[in-house]
Amino acid sequence: MALKGNLSDFTTTQLLNLINLARKTGTLSVQGQDQNTEDVTADISFREGKLIYAELGAQGGSLTQILHRAGKLTEDQARLIHERLQGKTDKQLGHRLIQSKLVTQNDIIQSIRQHVLDVVYGLFTWADGSFKFDTGRLPEASRITIPIDLEMVIMEGSRRLKESEQLQEELPDLDASLRFVDRPDARLRNVNLTVDEWKIVSYVNPKNTIRQIAKANKLDDFQVRRTVYGMMQAGIVELILPKKPEVEEPKKTTRRGRRPEQTVAERKSVVNRLIDRIRSL
Amino acid sequence: MQAVKMVITGPFSAGKTAFIGSVSEIDVVSTERTISNAAERVKDKTTVAMDFGRITVDDDLVLYLFGTPGQRRFDFMWEILSEGMLGFVVLVDSTKPETFREAKRILETFQSYASTPYVVAANKQDHEDAWPPDDLRIILRLDPSVKVLPCVSLQKESVKNVLLELLYSILEQLDKEGSK
Ligand SMILES: Nc1nc2c(ncn2[C@@H]2O[C@H](COP(=O)(O)OP(=O)(O)OP(=O)(O)O)[C@@H](O)[C@H]2O)c(=O)[nH]1
Ligand SMILES: [Mg+2]
Repeated sequence: MALKGNLSDFTTTQLLNLINLARKTGTLSVQGQDQNTEDVTADISFREGKLIYAELGAQGGSLTQILHRAGKLTEDQARLIHERLQGKTDKQLGHRLIQSKLVTQNDIIQSIRQHVLDVVYGLFTWADGSFKFDTGRLPEASRITIPIDLEMVIMEGSRRLKESEQLQEELPDLDASLRFVDRPDARLRNVNLTVDEWKIVSYVNPKNTIRQIAKANKLDDFQVRRTVYGMMQAGIVELILPKKPEVEEPKKTTRRGRRPEQTVAERKSVVNRLIDRIRSL
Repeated sequence: MQAVKMVITGPFSAGKTAFIGSVSEIDVVSTERTISNAAERVKDKTTVAMDFGRITVDDDLVLYLFGTPGQRRFDFMWEILSEGMLGFVVLVDSTKPETFREAKRILETFQSYASTPYVVAANKQDHEDAWPPDDLRIILRLDPSVKVLPCVSLQKESVKNVLLELLYSILEQLDKEGSK
């Protein structure tokens, strides 16, 4: 089967469905444009219908780079390892890193998995790009591959696509920056911040654009949009639009539903549960 | 899903990060960072820093622990962090008397934000130079009703004890409210 075409005719979702159903083995190459409209190629590999590996253009798919991006290795560590262990395969490298206790086996598996998923989820948002499927072509043997069920990927990818389209409408301009709302006090009650949100909180500053914050935290456009939007809704931060600061407040900041006041009995129950939990730690 | 929080505060190097790290189920997210990559347009340091830990209680309840940074320039963050907190812990490095004044200032600032219960933890008690909790109470001029607890942030049991004592104080306060 010659599988060749353009994403404008045949979407990522459809492609992955096909590969899944036909239990294909090989590599899908898609040439498209990334967020900065630079040409990139994504190579996604499958074995018997399962996703096993992915690489995105110049981003680098070597194990050291993946671990560095996942925050498991510092920049210095990554550079040093790259210099010292050049020529080793990823598998050999992985063994050495585990032996030297720099990372665990689980770190490696999770980081590769996340890397592969990030590349593939990114692909869902490409509206355009020419693709071809090379049957039988697999990643270099030196790579560590991890089989991932495509059904789960397709479902999550489609969900993200929908969400990303909505978010794009809500928060079109990533060159805007953020500031804390003047008196966030009353609103912050009961807001449940995720780790991503706290990471962003630490960079909120009129001098940092959302794009820069994303880059510093290694979040992609989708992740940063989602997180920032959530924080805007919670009334923690507000947008400062580029070049014309101090303009009108963003309209869409409907507050996240606040918990009604709890009774003393309810609050005591919460505290008692906390006590039980901490005792059992 | 309900999220409740406690704030772990105290002067520079008192052991806040270690404290949260001893009980948090996730690696403590230490958010003190600079955007230093020279290639980027950002020139400034970041403005905010805090530590962040989590303890999941059950499907409906999670406890967040926030560690404040000691430096003054982050004061504005304290108030945001303190909002809605269940209570707070003031950690003091019992081996560093020169930080006791600062500890007292921090304590008073947090008290002014909210009338939630708090405890003082006399940290680094494993150190031979450590001031005992009772001496600390006198120096900090704390009311007899305020708990001053011995603490070693690096030890889980010790951290658990401090958190539990704080929770008992919270319960007592709720009891008082309930009987009003
Ligand atoms: N011996 C001993 N050392 C401790 C204890 N708690 C913390 N330390 C050490 O004290 C130093 C400071 O601890 P941190 O947890 O980083 O203190 P911090 O309050 O987070 O410091 P800042 O965030 O810089 O304000 C570290 O070297 C810890 O290992 C303790 O109970 N006993
Ligand atoms: Mg710290």
